Amino acid sequence: MHKQRKLWAGFAALTGAGSAMAEKYIPTTDRVVDPAAGWDRLWGIVLEDITLLGIAFALLCAWLIWTYRRHPGNPESNPPVLSMGAVLGWSVIPAFIFMADDFYIAANGWNLWNMQREVPADRLEVKLESGMYSWDYTYPNGVQTQNELKVPAGKPVLLRMTSRDTIHNHYLPDFRIKEDSMPGRVTYLWFYPKKPGQHLVTCNEYCGVNHSYMSGKVIVLPPQEYQAWYVQEGDKLKKAAAPAEAAPAGAAPAAPADKAARSPDQNQKPV
Amino acid sequence: MSLKEWVFTTDHKRVGVLYLIGSVAAFIVAGIMALLMRVELTTLGPTLTANPTTYNVWLYAHGAVILLGFQIPALTGFAANYAIPLMIGAKDVAFPRVNAFSVWLFYMGVILALLTFVMPDPPDVLWTGYPPYSTITSGNTAFYTLTVLLIGFASIIAGVNFLTTIAYMRAPGMTWNKLNIFVWGTAGSFVMQLIYVPVLGTAVLLISFDKYLGTSFFDPTNGGDVLTYQNLFWFYSHPAVYVIFVPFFAIIMEIFATFAKNPIFNYKVAVYGGIWGIVLVSGEVWIHHLYVTGMPDWLRIGQMVTTLLISVPVGLMTISLIGTLYKGSITFESPMVYALGTFFLFLIGGLTGIPLAVTSLTVNLGETYYVVGHFHYVMALTGTLSIFAGVYYWFPKITGKMCNETWAKLGFLLNFIGANMIFWRMMEVGVREGLPRRYYDWAQFPQVADDQMFMTIGSVILALGFAITVLNWVFGAISGKKAGDNPWGSQSLEWTTVSPPPHGNWPTPPVVSEDWSPYAYGKRA
Repeated sequence: MHKQRKLWAGFAALTGAGSAMAEKYIPTTDRVVDPAAGWDRLWGIVLEDITLLGIAFALLCAWLIWTYRRHPGNPESNPPVLSMGAVLGWSVIPAFIFMADDFYIAANGWNLWNMQREVPADRLEVKLESGMYSWDYTYPNGVQTQNELKVPAGKPVLLRMTSRDTIHNHYLPDFRIKEDSMPGRVTYLWFYPKKPGQHLVTCNEYCGVNHSYMSGKVIVLPPQEYQAWYVQEGDKLKKAAAPAEAAPAGAAPAAPADKAARSPDQNQKPV
Repeated sequence: MSLKEWVFTTDHKRVGVLYLIGSVAAFIVAGIMALLMRVELTTLGPTLTANPTTYNVWLYAHGAVILLGFQIPALTGFAANYAIPLMIGAKDVAFPRVNAFSVWLFYMGVILALLTFVMPDPPDVLWTGYPPYSTITSGNTAFYTLTVLLIGFASIIAGVNFLTTIAYMRAPGMTWNKLNIFVWGTAGSFVMQLIYVPVLGTAVLLISFDKYLGTSFFDPTNGGDVLTYQNLFWFYSHPAVYVIFVPFFAIIMEIFATFAKNPIFNYKVAVYGGIWGIVLVSGEVWIHHLYVTGMPDWLRIGQMVTTLLISVPVGLMTISLIGTLYKGSITFESPMVYALGTFFLFLIGGLTGIPLAVTSLTVNLGETYYVVGHFHYVMALTGTLSIFAGVYYWFPKITGKMCNETWAKLGFLLNFIGANMIFWRMMEVGVREGLPRRYYDWAQFPQVADDQMFMTIGSVILALGFAITVLNWVFGAISGKKAGDNPWGSQSLEWTTVSPPPHGNWPTPPVVSEDWSPYAYGKRA
């Protein structure tokens, strides 16, 4: 019941989202799970499932080929005559087996899907604007980075994404998650970095000439180190903004250097 | 036999052969594109070209030409044209001149697609043409639009023609349940074309409107929406998979029946549950191409279930297919070798699609080499090799001559080995590394160097196999041994006339008796 209400709330929010940049409805949860581990588990289950089916069908076919090859003992075919029961049996029973397997996989898939879409309430929220050919991140305090997403270990990270030109796709292979970013819409994804380290970000939707060179990094820092960096960058930003007292509070900080200068036609060389 | 006779022909068999020649030409060109891409990807950084746009144009040409210029026309153009009137005992199709017009349109589309290689600003929009890129690129999107429209229109009029033919021109006594399964497959395929092609036509026309006439159907800065295009596009283009799948699977079933000398196992279930089941579900699964585009969560889950359920009609057809071997007396001439090989490739291709049906798995697998490997198994390999099976199967009927069996089987072996080398490894790389598709360079993934080399070697073997196959047809047509009217011993109607059949097919149109069946084999017959 609860789930259903959330589903419809999400539907209403999505269809009603007239201005795309408005705060998009994002289902939130108190539980913290790691969808990447869930992905590995489900992949294992499905892989076993299809391997088993494949081997069963292949062996059956191989056995039939061998047994019913033409040889002196089998010069002529002897087609079976199917009774009504056999016709139904050979259609209804396999159909039920296939359907049962489908629903089994679908149920597991839905379960993981909920993990992937319901974002833990305690999280770091970063806005992402993609463009040809860079990832531009904006932190809650206004700090901006390009192609480098610094995050603290042990905290779920939510990205609210949009694009200023073509469609891109923010893919994090190590976290088993990707989602398109596109102009005029806001999409989101979240991931759970547990340990400090570096991870690849790569563009997974054909976005233009230099699509294959569009990449970035997720840098997972120990929480204190991240906090220090975050505060330091925030202070720099405040100092830079301080002389211009007239600037309204919360004004958008300066865009990354080359953001405005880039247009598709000027950017034909690999970056 | 002059050129003029061929160009202005209204004979369904000649139209079919024209479709075959055009689509094999398209296949060769698209295959060369694939080889160029494979070689480009062999080394890190530039190999053949330092300009990614050149690679992107190959990518566009490979996808668009192979699907629109080869697979769909080879199945619904060549195979349908050649075999359907013969299988149902008709003199020709219902509208022979419309039929000739459709092959002209097809040739215009293919020529337009081939002009890609001589124009200064070739399209680089992939075969999918997603806006906003397709509306801002300096590549020529209009060529893409026109190619799709021409070939799409050829398909629509062919659909009307063939459905009319099947409905009204069957031989006296040939009831619906006596039709060859390939006739049913083609009917299902054309029903889907008639429903979905207009949607594709609309979508590609609107991107050209956006680009050249300044409309903003897909431009969000002006009230449009980029995802509308993807929805329209895949509303056709997923069913397009079944437009290819249903007839090729039916060809495989025909060949299994002929060479196992057995009727199709559980025929009615294969037809009404399998083929028409697929047609029924085909329009409710396209969202699985939009699993990572931010479509509403409930829709991505709903179509996960419908996508998985495709396995039910496909599974029923698979059981009918391998059941056809049961208690048969199987011989292994080249069409059967191809058909059996296709079945094993289809098993891999079909089953590796199941993870991609699951939304929550696709958020990692989607748009990687895994996807490329999967759909090449299920479409490129099974589709292409079953077309080859069909050509070998009907070759004696078309030319009155036999192909060389040894070369045919050698070609098959190379095709089978090369194909598995490329596409199995491709799926592995996709899962292991998450290497994205449509990459001109893999600078971010230096660890895949060995895999890229391995796949390129596979592609050379595959190309060798394809070359042997096509040359074998050419030599067979010129200097093959004379074939009888019915070299495979089939019971189907197309083998009751002389090879090659004259204009009008039979001196007197056939009438079938009550106990006639295209599959009346064995001790029971």
